[in-house]
Amino acid sequence: MSQSEHERFNQSPEAGAVAPCWSCQQPVAARALFCHSCGAVQGPGQLNHFARLGVAPGFDLDLDRLEKQYLGFQRAMHPDRFVTKSAKERAIAESQAVSMNAAYETLKDPLRRAAYLLELAGNTAAVDKDQTVHDPELLIEAMEAREALSEVASIDALEKLQVEAGAKAIDLIAQLSKAFAADDYDAANKAATRMKYWRKFLEESRARRVALEDALGEDGA
Amino acid sequence: MSTLLQIHEPGETPAPHEQERGIAIGIDLGTTNSVAAIAEQGKSEILRDDHGDGLLPSIVAYTGPTPIVGRAAAEELTRHPELVVSSVKRLMGRGAADIKALSGTLPYEIHGDQQVGMVRLKIGNRVMSPVEVSADILRAIKARAEAALGQSVERAVVTVPAYFDDAARAATKDAAKLAGLDVLRLVNEPTAAALAYGLDHGAEGLYAVYDLGGGTFDISLLRLQQGVFQVLSTGGDAALGGDDFDHAIAENVLREANIQAPSLTEAKTLLVASRRAKEALTSAQNAELIFHINGKDLRQSVDLAKFESLIESMVARTLRACRQVLEDAQVTASEVKGVVLVGGSTRVLLVRRMVAKFFGRDPLSDINPDEVVAAGAALQAEALTRGGDTLLLDVIPLSLGIETVGGIVEKVIDRNTAIPVAKAQEFTTYQDGQTGMQIHIVQGERETVDACRSLGRFELTGIPPMAAGAARIRITFAVDADGLLTVGAQEKTTGVKAEIAVKPSYGLGEDEMADMLRDSLTHAREDMERRLLIEARVEAERMLLALDAALKSDGDLIAPSERAGIDAASGKVRKAMQGEDRDRIGAAVEALEKASHPFAQARMDRAMEQALKGHSLDEVEASMATDRAE
Repeated sequence: MSQSEHERFNQSPEAGAVAPCWSCQQPVAARALFCHSCGAVQGPGQLNHFARLGVAPGFDLDLDRLEKQYLGFQRAMHPDRFVTKSAKERAIAESQAVSMNAAYETLKDPLRRAAYLLELAGNTAAVDKDQTVHDPELLIEAMEAREALSEVASIDALEKLQVEAGAKAIDLIAQLSKAFAADDYDAANKAATRMKYWRKFLEESRARRVALEDALGEDGA
Repeated sequence: MSTLLQIHEPGETPAPHEQERGIAIGIDLGTTNSVAAIAEQGKSEILRDDHGDGLLPSIVAYTGPTPIVGRAAAEELTRHPELVVSSVKRLMGRGAADIKALSGTLPYEIHGDQQVGMVRLKIGNRVMSPVEVSADILRAIKARAEAALGQSVERAVVTVPAYFDDAARAATKDAAKLAGLDVLRLVNEPTAAALAYGLDHGAEGLYAVYDLGGGTFDISLLRLQQGVFQVLSTGGDAALGGDDFDHAIAENVLREANIQAPSLTEAKTLLVASRRAKEALTSAQNAELIFHINGKDLRQSVDLAKFESLIESMVARTLRACRQVLEDAQVTASEVKGVVLVGGSTRVLLVRRMVAKFFGRDPLSDINPDEVVAAGAALQAEALTRGGDTLLLDVIPLSLGIETVGGIVEKVIDRNTAIPVAKAQEFTTYQDGQTGMQIHIVQGERETVDACRSLGRFELTGIPPMAAGAARIRITFAVDADGLLTVGAQEKTTGVKAEIAVKPSYGLGEDEMADMLRDSLTHAREDMERRLLIEARVEAERMLLALDAALKSDGDLIAPSERAGIDAASGKVRKAMQGEDRDRIGAAVEALEKASHPFAQARMDRAMEQALKGHSLDEVEASMATDRAE
């Protein structure tokens, strides 16, 4: 984390909050994992996903660093570390591990990360709901792609469609990055919706592949 | 999220000190064989019997009052096929509908036509659940470990196929509980195998664990880095394994010899011969089967090429699952740094060849594939109890969801989500004035309820009547580090709550579990009851004899009315003694003591009087002691 990122992070109102330790009642920082007075494990508290894993908020994440942070926290908080502790401490550690998993699952995936950033910005994330798509260009593209998928007759042709859809999804990551950098939430929303669509298409293409293989009677290995 | 805190409200006392709780072992509860191991300072050791055998065949024979487990049970297989159970793991957490799909391939008789709950096996006169049979295997493994270690073992890490659903995991944990084992953690078999390899080799990077056991196939993709074992994705087939190879050989033999409908005994001997042939074909081009059908000893040979043609489609099925897992993790086969082989069926040459071709590298197999899982489980048991640097991050193997209107599944937690996890989703009512809601929990990847597995149902009641769509029902799914699910539901506007730890439709109900635990204690308790009854009778008899003697010598001390009371009470004691009710005997004895109390008092006074007529205190005490002894 750079110096400026540190400052941004520390300015987060959640980061400075203090609460009494459940075990010894001494004050503990809300983001502390353990009480510095008695050593008892602390509950997850209210932190946003970025603060929870100690990374700077934003769409462009250093994924290696995100993972390193996540693994470091899990190493300390995973229920396996508390097998011999009291039931209460086990339950608290488990809720910590749950929160960290939720944060990591959300942040590591560009689409979920985008949806979360839109949510934090007070923008009801269209990507998380099955809303009607108001994107005529996408609707036409989608129709054509679906048709191509249903008509595909060989594994090679199917793989070509998958590569095309994959390339579109990668391009949309760049678009999302640009949109968030410019605080353009409308553009971000649009890109996220498109990405969601292409993800779904890829998923369907995998099901299609299994059906096709059954029909062709080969393992494709 | 504090959901889990509400669900797991802790009411237990803290765990006692480590040293007092003894050692913890690792157990691989396998379809074909079970293995136990112990680890000390990062080195694992398989626990063997007197003959040096590490594998305990997961076969139980119910030929006598005490179940026989292992090789001895396997020997009963041909003599009493109807009393011997093998491959019971395939039935863990399974219901009648699953069994239909497996019908014809199962070497046991299913009891009755049970529509709900886990299937029951009919074994001679007994009806048993797969959980009880597994518990018998675990008891034998526990006994073996205790004999090898020279101390009692109460805690264990038990492995399960990564592909096991919630019902099968819960069933496994119940079996361990019945066997008197505290399960520290259920660990996925492939993860345990990687743990064994990872620690031995200091490996880093992407690893695939290809686990082809007797009855299940698992493929998992793990990333190893800095002591963290992260399961990226997992898949497989819960009903595919080396047993199917045996069946393929056996069916081929029956076809070629034109034999129809062999008896259960004949089928079992043929399967044993088929298994031997399969094993022989790992180092020979040809194998001969010798078996007994229709009163004739038959011989038939199968060559390697034929065997491979019989099983090729099954091996291909495993590779499809491999590709699915790679796609789930968004990696290609070439990125995989190593492939770990687990399970005895990976000794089959075609399996090795096809796996090597698929991943473009020779798989690792330098740890015995039958023992590698138990070795890893032991390492994890040590890490959990003594502290360690490794960390296993697991995922749920199948999506979890609930049924919505029209039998459609709404997924709440997607497969391959890291555990522990808790997720909530809001649902609403679909009828005006609806006051209750059936919550049906399912597991699987399909869109419709009937294509998924039903895990359990519960009802949220007391929703205040509102217009359709106005109620806000928040359903929370929480999966713990063992992969076990707890579901809660709450109506947000009123706070009405309902909650269940998912004791799945295919699992055992709490009542059944309690019954089984009770049954396992019944013998001990019956013996104790018996002893207490005998003691009560002896006590009553002694009292009656003493009273008779006293009445003979000092009967003049009491009035006739008092005498009648004592006689009546004595009669009641005699009557109670003929019955089996210990409490009734006790009560009658107490009543007699009360009725004869004035008499005892009068005798005491007379004794004192006589004592004071020139006798020493010692003599008095001696005479009283004699009285008591009567």
